[in-house]
Amino acid sequence: MRRRVLPGFGLSLGFAVTYLGLIVLLPLAALAWKASDVGLAGILKLLASPRTLAALKLSFGGALLAAGLNVVVGLMVTWALVRYRFPGRRILDALIDLPFALPTAVAGIALTAIYAPNGWFGRWLVPLGIQVAYTPLGVLLAMVFVGFPFVVRTLQPVLQSLEREVEDAAETLGATGLQTFLRVVLPTLVPTLLTGFALALARAVGEYGSVIFIAGNIPLRSEIAPLLIVQRLDEFDYATAAALGVVMLTFSLVLLVLVSALQRWTRRWAEQSA
Amino acid sequence: MTAGRPGRPASAMRRLGRASIIVASILFLCLFLVVPLASVFVEAFRQGAHAFVESIDQPEAMAAIRLTLLVAVITVPLNVVFGLAAAWAMTRFQFRGKALLGALIDLPLSVSPVVSGLLYVLMFGAQGWFGPWLATHGVKIIFAVPGLVLATIFITLPFVARELIPLMQAQGSEEEEVARVLGASGLQTFFRVTLPNIRWALLYGVLLCNARAMGEFGAVSVVSGHIRGLTTTMPLEVEMRYNEYNYVGAFAIASLLALLALLTLALKSALEWRYQAAENHR
Repeated sequence: MRRRVLPGFGLSLGFAVTYLGLIVLLPLAALAWKASDVGLAGILKLLASPRTLAALKLSFGGALLAAGLNVVVGLMVTWALVRYRFPGRRILDALIDLPFALPTAVAGIALTAIYAPNGWFGRWLVPLGIQVAYTPLGVLLAMVFVGFPFVVRTLQPVLQSLEREVEDAAETLGATGLQTFLRVVLPTLVPTLLTGFALALARAVGEYGSVIFIAGNIPLRSEIAPLLIVQRLDEFDYATAAALGVVMLTFSLVLLVLVSALQRWTRRWAEQSA
Repeated sequence: MTAGRPGRPASAMRRLGRASIIVASILFLCLFLVVPLASVFVEAFRQGAHAFVESIDQPEAMAAIRLTLLVAVITVPLNVVFGLAAAWAMTRFQFRGKALLGALIDLPLSVSPVVSGLLYVLMFGAQGWFGPWLATHGVKIIFAVPGLVLATIFITLPFVARELIPLMQAQGSEEEEVARVLGASGLQTFFRVTLPNIRWALLYGVLLCNARAMGEFGAVSVVSGHIRGLTTTMPLEVEMRYNEYNYVGAFAIASLLALLALLTLALKSALEWRYQAAENHR
């Protein structure tokens, strides 16, 4: 047993658990306390207004769609970054994390400025009948923006370590590049792509800063669930805010469990093929 | 993929596929990432450098910058100590509930920032758990600086720990055990063996933690109360100016935050490069 060779077990674990308890567990208990005050039936009743349902639908639906788009575009971009060499590749690689590093409020006002009817893109898109700013499409765009790095950064190491021999074998046997990709490469990437999808989804569902500026926040149309929490809190309606918080937190926890299961699956998959 | 791999000359189809993937990727990244970033600076200087300087050189902007720095200066060291403690416990010892501890450390990453802020309001707000007690004792947490700090600590809690745990797991504890057997004290072992081994990962974690602490919006927005000059950090000041149609002012502060993001990305890339070089050296 190594426990006695290295010191500091009690101290480090004690500090870490106390810190987590105060910063994470105690606040979670406060939410549970408020929610149990309201009760499950009460929570459902508080959520049953058309405006709340519309916001939940937009947050969850938009985030699902955004995560799906991120998987497709992220796969293409990661493929280009890992498999090909081209000028500017390293700078673009570093820029992938921009949505992660850029404060969300900054991203929010920048996207709004670009897609507003007089903005750089908006002035071309609006005459074509494509309204992005202040519509659900704007919400989707901001959600794609914040989720993008998660797919690329999840996929990149896996794609880098992928054995090329299998692809070479497939092509020696007469498969075309596309066939090799679809039948040989893509199936091995499925657990990783699902992990990236879930991470992007988790981020997009709860996203607030980059969405609220471009969304325009029109009730029943472009209002997201986190904004409703903020509005209820502004009115000191803690019960409804807590009810919405419970729904969003439950979803996050389910995703967290799903992601860790997916990561175990990816590791097993990698061990089997190794 | 190089064109001249042995036994497989690149066909015209293959070259076309490769070119279109590269062009589409570059185009997407430019339109989707570079243009929004550039627009922040263009909008900030729309009315010239003078207007830019004027909108920063104001008491409330200065107060926002000072508050943002204060929050980061408190948050980052605390989360560094936590990250070191959690990583030491989790990678050097076996105990029950380790997986649960790891999941709890990851939790703030998947919780909506607004929900994070909500948790603290439900705890310390006027009608919260400790609300009445705090009111009778005259302690203000929500709509005050302590609330901003707490919400920021929650949001940035995972960043240092998550960088350290996989690295220290991979490095193992042999070097530390040798140091102990040779008679080094616990602290000597930590400062002479552990810390030098993890310094790049630690710096990386600090970098990410600091960037998020200074840029956090959703969580602090919920607990701030938006009291100008007292509880508005830089991102909140951006929001307030934007909502007052003071676009140059909003983008001026936003451009400072964008500079911080660029600096973070540059340092992060430099660290990754350095770290890879060190790995290849081993």
